[in-house]
Amino acid sequence: MNELLDPLLLARWQFGLTTVYHFLFVPLTIGLATTTAVFQTAWYRTGKAEYLRITRFFGSIFLINFAMGVVTGIVQEFQFGMNWSEYSRFVGDVFGAPLALEGLLAFFFEATFIGLWIFGWDKLPRRVHLATIWATAIGSIASAYFIIAANAFMQNPVGYQMNVERGRAELVDIGALLANPVALAAFPHTIAASFMVAAGLIISAAAWHLARNQHLDTMRPALKFGLWVMVGSGILTTLFGDQLSLAMVATQPMKMAAAEATYNTVCGADASFSLFTLGTPDGSSELFSIRVPYLLSFLSTHTFDGCVEGINDLQAQYQELYGPGDYAPIIWVTYWAFRWMIGLGLAHVFVAVVGLWVTRKGRMPKQAWIWKVAIWSFPLSLGAMIVGWIFTEMGRQPWIVFSLLPTESAVSPNVTGLEVLISLVAFTVVYGALAIVEVRLVLRAIRKGPPDVGEPDPETGRHEPATTVY
Amino acid sequence: MDLTVLWFWIVAFFFVGYFVLDGFDFGVGMSLPFLAKDDTDRRVLINTIGPVWDLNETWVIVAGAALFAAFPEWYATLFSGFYLALLLILLALIARGVSFEYRHQRPESQWKKWFDGMIVVGSAVPALLWGVAFADIVQGVPLDAGHNYTGTLFDLLNPFALLGGLTTLLLFFTHGVVFASLKTEGELRERARRLAARSGLGTIVVAAVFLVWTGFAFGSFWFWVLAAVAALALIGGWLANARGAERVAFTMLAITIAAAVLALFASLFPDVMPASNDPANSLTIENASSSAYTLTVMSWVAVIALPLVLVYQGWTYWVFRKRVSRASVEASAH
Ligand code: HDD
Ligand code: HEM
Ligand code: HEM
Repeated sequence: MNELLDPLLLARWQFGLTTVYHFLFVPLTIGLATTTAVFQTAWYRTGKAEYLRITRFFGSIFLINFAMGVVTGIVQEFQFGMNWSEYSRFVGDVFGAPLALEGLLAFFFEATFIGLWIFGWDKLPRRVHLATIWATAIGSIASAYFIIAANAFMQNPVGYQMNVERGRAELVDIGALLANPVALAAFPHTIAASFMVAAGLIISAAAWHLARNQHLDTMRPALKFGLWVMVGSGILTTLFGDQLSLAMVATQPMKMAAAEATYNTVCGADASFSLFTLGTPDGSSELFSIRVPYLLSFLSTHTFDGCVEGINDLQAQYQELYGPGDYAPIIWVTYWAFRWMIGLGLAHVFVAVVGLWVTRKGRMPKQAWIWKVAIWSFPLSLGAMIVGWIFTEMGRQPWIVFSLLPTESAVSPNVTGLEVLISLVAFTVVYGALAIVEVRLVLRAIRKGPPDVGEPDPETGRHEPATTVY
Repeated sequence: MDLTVLWFWIVAFFFVGYFVLDGFDFGVGMSLPFLAKDDTDRRVLINTIGPVWDLNETWVIVAGAALFAAFPEWYATLFSGFYLALLLILLALIARGVSFEYRHQRPESQWKKWFDGMIVVGSAVPALLWGVAFADIVQGVPLDAGHNYTGTLFDLLNPFALLGGLTTLLLFFTHGVVFASLKTEGELRERARRLAARSGLGTIVVAAVFLVWTGFAFGSFWFWVLAAVAALALIGGWLANARGAERVAFTMLAITIAAAVLALFASLFPDVMPASNDPANSLTIENASSSAYTLTVMSWVAVIALPLVLVYQGWTYWVFRKRVSRASVEASAH
């Protein structure tokens, strides 16, 4: 019973659940806001009905998704105080600032302009209305920057000083906080990955219609666009991921050791990257593996003869620095999460390149299996995103703020296990129910296809967009 | 001026913004079963707040973040202490938020009924619980030496706090109904005006009792001044509504809410969370605040960003200034 009602364990489950859930919607918001803005710009420039139809089609999916991002985001912000009050007391002086900046500079902006975009079709001049979707996109990207800067402080604390008397970290350099090297690498990596997710959705939706040989006039250009975005952002994600690896090895070597399940320090050719391992689940001994020599050395240091510190050596170092304890995260989680992130991502770029090849010069493949593969783009690219975060967050354990505050000291001392259990169950049930509704609505919107926009106005030669009302 | 004092009032300002703006969203949401005769009416009402509810709700996000950044101890104590109450508020806000977007996605009336119910409950629960929470903050709660709340959910539901909750519930309801009369046409507008007259009377009685109780128990000089402003504005709003001066009535109610929230903050100052068991454990603007450096940085950001925020939000209200008519809603059938 006590085991079941451990407030720390429950709070961690709740945070993981709610954050992952929030992040199912966030990348699509970031990616689709921008791609919808691109489609609308194309319509603005050319006046072609197809572009207006594509804009409204993906715009409606974007909105179904946006509502969920907003309501789950509020939970995120309240949770730091509700479940992690000791954490909030300890880092509030530092961590609160980027959150407040996010609210003032990004959320207000985003929430205002999204309302103008949804309801402003017939109330704003065309050019101003186009600007509102771009403003929404910029707001969502800005919000990602601030939240990642906050998160980067937890990975790599910078710009602070300890105030021993008050027992907390205090901000001394906001510039250093916002230019945290981890944030500077994680931000473009996450944004590029968000574009992969949006491209995944566009490809999936287009493939569903093209497989049925319908809506060719809109779905063919949408597919092309999605494939190009997937390839481009996939390459960028990989390049920034490489930068992020360097930053991570410099700041949290234990995470890289855990990502590769490297127990002993290895150098050069021995610092090999295993593509696949059959072994005991924690990777502590292996039965069979496929290894690429030098790759781990290269990923970690950008040289072929660099050394990668092992878990055991780091554990010994950390015990000396921080006292007795276990400083390694759960190895099998980090090991597999890292591989799935990279594997799913690279697979996508490959699939998209093949897709561009088979649809070159207006060809439309007839084989059903090609479309079946394409339809998986969206769920799998979203999956890569999620395992990437699970890797990042769980790889930081046992710390909540690396080297400063262990997770177990961060939980609210006065919130009982029962209370957290109640909220965990409530969130699970509500989120579960909403997930079903949301998935059905998105599928329904996709099946319905791009809306009809009628005939253009004979005078201007342009379409007068219909009023939007709830 | 001392930056901690400045930030105390900036936080107050964000909560004023939140309650004035989302307050009428809550009121419109709660009024659906009382004002709407058919689905078109319901859609008209929802569309009066459609373009703005999200930005109004964002005020609480910014208020929370400002609290976190400027007074981390206050944020930590309040949010962990009022755990289950905030959970209920969160669930309600989730229900309300998705319903606006999802209700019109399908034509079936059963589907709409579900989401209408969620809008009503999702509006009423926060309208009630925010009042309970603020009354409890003003009254003080048991805190230990580490500033952790030591009571339970039921300690929060005492008569004074429940009266505070009832006050905000009625006040937001009336505020929303007046907003509805300002933004609709024809019969609906008439019904809203009549309903506001009735609910306004109830609000005046309950708010008077709550303000007088607060004043005698916890009031300061500035509390009484602000409470008097709130009372006069409330009565003025009621009279204006009776005469059909919708714009004036709405402005008066906005002033009422703003003055009442400021009055509560004035009675708190310089505490932010008084400890009812031992004043030595109270959180004050001094022992709850962030360092001077953080507050300075935040002040610069606020000074630059806030005027801009007010300008583009004001512009949004101007873009959507027209009344919502049944005809315009029916024209785009769902
Ligand atoms: C579509 C998604 C996607 C794809 C294809 C990749 N990543 Fe990634 N990765 C993420 C999505 C992501 C993420 C979910 O966005 C994370 C979580 C935290 C972050 O900043 O980005 C992440 C984190 C993350 C981290 C952890 C940073 C830390 O803990 O400090 C590293 C080292 C990499 N990535 C490296 C890579 C490399 C070398 C990749 C390809 C070759 C790669 N990622 C592909
Ligand atoms: C800036 C953004 C983020 C911040 C500030 C943050 C902060 C935290 C905190 C406070 C915890 C609780 C302590 C713990 O259990 O380890 C945590 C855990 C966790 N977070 Fe994050 N997080 C952020 C982003 C994300 C995102 C985007 C995801 C995933 C989509 C994520 C996934 C998780 C998971 C899975 C855990 C549980 C880890 C565990 O229990 O071992 N986080 N994070
Ligand atoms: C764990 C930490 C997080 C917190 C406290 C948080 C907070 C919030 C809040 C309060 C909202 C609602 C905003 C509104 O009403 O407009 C929101 C939405 C959003 N969040 Fe998060 N968030 C977290 C994680 C993340 C991460 C890691 C990212 C980006 C990489 C992110 C990006 C966004 C975006 C773009 C939105 C806009 C709405 C949407 O996504 O549909 N959030 N978040």
